[in-house]
Amino acid sequence: MSDYIVTIGLEVHCELKTESKLFCSCVNKFGGEPNSHTCPICAGHPGVMPVLNKKAVEYTVKAGCAIGSRISRFSKWDRKNYFYPDLPKAWQTSQYDLPLCVGGEVRFDVGGEEKTVRLNRIHLEEDAGKLVHGAGFTAVDYNRCGVPLIECVTEPDIHSADEAVAFLEELAGIFRYCGISDCKMQEGSIRADVNLSLSRPGEPLGTRTETKNLNSFRSVRRAIEAEIARQTEVLESGGKVVQETRHFDDASGTGYGMRSKEDAQDYRYFPEPDLMPVVLSDADIDAIAASLPELKRARRARYTSELGLSDYDADVLTSDPAVADLFDETVKLGAVAKKAANYIMSEIMRKGKTEGEDGVTVGVTGAQLSDILSLVEKGEINLVASKDVLDKIWQTDMSASEAVDKLGLRQNNDAGEIEKLVRDIIAANPGPADDFRKGNEKVLSFFVGQLMKATKGKTNPKIAGDLVRKLLSE
Amino acid sequence: MTVEKTLLEIKKDLAEKKISSLEATEATLAQIEAKADLGSYVTVCADEARAAAKEADARIAAGEDLPLLGVPVAVKDNICTEGVRTTCASRFLENYVPPYDAFVVKKLKAAGAVIVGKTNMDEFAMGSASEFSAFGPVKNAVDPSRVPGGSSGGSAAAVASFQAYAALGSDTGGSIRQPASFNGVVGLKPTYSAVSRFGLVAFASSLDQIGPLARTVDDCKYVYDVIKGHDPMDSTSAPGDIDRGEKFDSLKGRRIGVAKEFFPSSLDSGIKAALDKAIKFYEKNGAEIVETSIKSFDMALACYYILSSAEASSNLSRYDGIKYGRRAAGCKSLQDIYYKSRTEFFGPEVKRRIMLGNFVLSSGYYDAFYLRASKARTLIKNDFEAALSGCDALICPTAPTTAYERGKQADPSDAYLGDVFTVPVNIAGLPGLSLRCGADADGLPIGMQLIGKAYCEETLFSLARIFEREAAV
Repeated sequence: MSDYIVTIGLEVHCELKTESKLFCSCVNKFGGEPNSHTCPICAGHPGVMPVLNKKAVEYTVKAGCAIGSRISRFSKWDRKNYFYPDLPKAWQTSQYDLPLCVGGEVRFDVGGEEKTVRLNRIHLEEDAGKLVHGAGFTAVDYNRCGVPLIECVTEPDIHSADEAVAFLEELAGIFRYCGISDCKMQEGSIRADVNLSLSRPGEPLGTRTETKNLNSFRSVRRAIEAEIARQTEVLESGGKVVQETRHFDDASGTGYGMRSKEDAQDYRYFPEPDLMPVVLSDADIDAIAASLPELKRARRARYTSELGLSDYDADVLTSDPAVADLFDETVKLGAVAKKAANYIMSEIMRKGKTEGEDGVTVGVTGAQLSDILSLVEKGEINLVASKDVLDKIWQTDMSASEAVDKLGLRQNNDAGEIEKLVRDIIAANPGPADDFRKGNEKVLSFFVGQLMKATKGKTNPKIAGDLVRKLLSE
Repeated sequence: MTVEKTLLEIKKDLAEKKISSLEATEATLAQIEAKADLGSYVTVCADEARAAAKEADARIAAGEDLPLLGVPVAVKDNICTEGVRTTCASRFLENYVPPYDAFVVKKLKAAGAVIVGKTNMDEFAMGSASEFSAFGPVKNAVDPSRVPGGSSGGSAAAVASFQAYAALGSDTGGSIRQPASFNGVVGLKPTYSAVSRFGLVAFASSLDQIGPLARTVDDCKYVYDVIKGHDPMDSTSAPGDIDRGEKFDSLKGRRIGVAKEFFPSSLDSGIKAALDKAIKFYEKNGAEIVETSIKSFDMALACYYILSSAEASSNLSRYDGIKYGRRAAGCKSLQDIYYKSRTEFFGPEVKRRIMLGNFVLSSGYYDAFYLRASKARTLIKNDFEAALSGCDALICPTAPTTAYERGKQADPSDAYLGDVFTVPVNIAGLPGLSLRCGADADGLPIGMQLIGKAYCEETLFSLARIFEREAAV
């Protein structure tokens, strides 16, 4: 129904990739045997107390700096009280009225146009555990309990599923570039709640619903589309949208109400007495801001305007910060941008990608890659041989030149030597040689192939091709 | 008799090998057995204590010298002890065995102490008569028909009846000082943040402090020196060297403050007489008595019951029947587990505080209660700071009554009034020491409270020591 304006605000939860949890020294790592990454503190034993992980504060401030938030010089901790088995203390330590980051905005492109979404706040809090349902029982795994989580709350600036997804992708990209979160959807390290309402143009915003805990970009899109359809139908049939919390079932593709405003939880927030407030100086904040890398959007722009790459290439290269870093490093060491880009997009990204996983494993340094590219450029190895070199040096600190020698791949560029070999092959294959003389050009490649086979690919293919033609024509 | 010696005396005897730690421990265990009727202990750790005593004897033989090496002491049952159940005198935790030692327990063990048992208390430290215990009430060591005070009633009774040379208690609104007063022993509530709370099962985190109870001022100070100090595991623990008090032997030039709000016209005449005598003692011996005032005094009790109950309602939410402790039988759903377990295993006073706390934090009431109480806290702190800027310490009664008869207290709000002189000190975060300063007509001990500046425990010990030595009460 095109005559409704869709208004969406998102609450995005992102797990920070600190070494340890937010309030104890347990490892912050996805997976593991249930309850193996726990201690009395994160398991909420009587008498335990939290100690703040300063790295998590630094990462949150970094996130804020990356999107232009105002960083609070004074922020504090609050208890959000509710009962649920995955929350062992029965409160979540969070930030209520004084979050670490206030305001900010994210710019991104959607449908070829630039769009800006304002952020209301970013605060730091702890993640809860997970319920594991079995046959006739439910168990709790506290491994995720106490993992640092940032909650990013947007203003209601989003108006479609496309915009929501494009925003989320941009935000995830920013956090990956900052090195503060992997934003891995399949590990639940980025999750979103969708607040959505419909209104007629010129009229005030309609009643909103909140769909909780969507853990893939795909379910965000589907949940928004389903909720727009549902609210439209309610309004069209003369009904009223009820303010409520909803859940979206990925399997069936439909949402359902969980609780209405009347029985909304009263979290009884109050200041956490066991933690001191976080006080940051200008110097602290400046140091964190100075550690920010060049972000995705700026890099993409630089690749197209300064390095002359196509939009497509710039997009692919900046999709993963490790790939973009490799590209920059390689070009800085003298590689031709377009050639480095092509090689990275074809060979490195193919090799570094694991099925079903976000992100690319980059197994070479810029120095190693620029070495490969320069060897190819100089004709020391050919492109085919370069793949063997790549395999050899992948995730080692061996140089490309050393690998070429070890593999014995150095290309033969000596025309005199190649000529001898070509003569031998022509002599051994009188039939095909006759065919060429009768005008069959196709046999040229047969001879080059034979030569490559005999030299294990180590012959300069251009010199070889020229010599085959010349000698056959004698 | 061995058990009747002071901590410092037994420490000396141990060091001089006049007695072994095992002998002192056996004598203490025998006294615990003989005085079992008092109900001072929830758990007696006889085997662990004997093993620790033997180890201490070996170390003494090897020439080691540690502050509490071989000395039998007791620990309140809301302070976690690894491998020894820590119940908080609650049905909910009657089977709970902590996987770790509290900071203060580590300190005691590192100092060579022999922990003989876990002392009885009001459930989760909520109460002032030690009658709200799932393991039966504690009796007063001076007169068993009377209450021992609370919530550290077990620790106070144990120390007073020679069932330990000293004990640790916890004090959120008077829970060390008031039972010390009722049993005629010395009890210190240290400055907030002076002793780590890590491992103290939280009641009201912004008010709770662990402190020592002992039979003499020097014993009390001795144990305090062992347990104080910075702990990186408690984010509110004061860093570095915290002591700002003074050690002195003469009262010349000392100023002692008397705030009129602590001496209402309704104050019991026996208690007033004992306090007047104590004040005269100080004056006669060279101290200047300064009249002062805590204008916000009247807010303190309400402020305390709002803040402490609010924090308690949150702190006690973890007892949900899911992870540890008891779970009610026959639960058919998650709601069942919560409702039935919390209904069955919490006692009446704990339930009352949880309900009160949830109410003051609930949407629509927060500003009227919690927020106003937080503001009152600031006023009270400021008033104490101003009053103490003109003197070394304030003197006042520890409690408005002496030990009353057991089973007599029906109305909770009457019981709350018993904390009127102690709670302001917790709200202000200051140190408070209770010391016997006389007896009432029935021979029951009367306690006086000395309130000091932050981290000035040493000043309180000095003032108390002179009184103890020379006042002859």
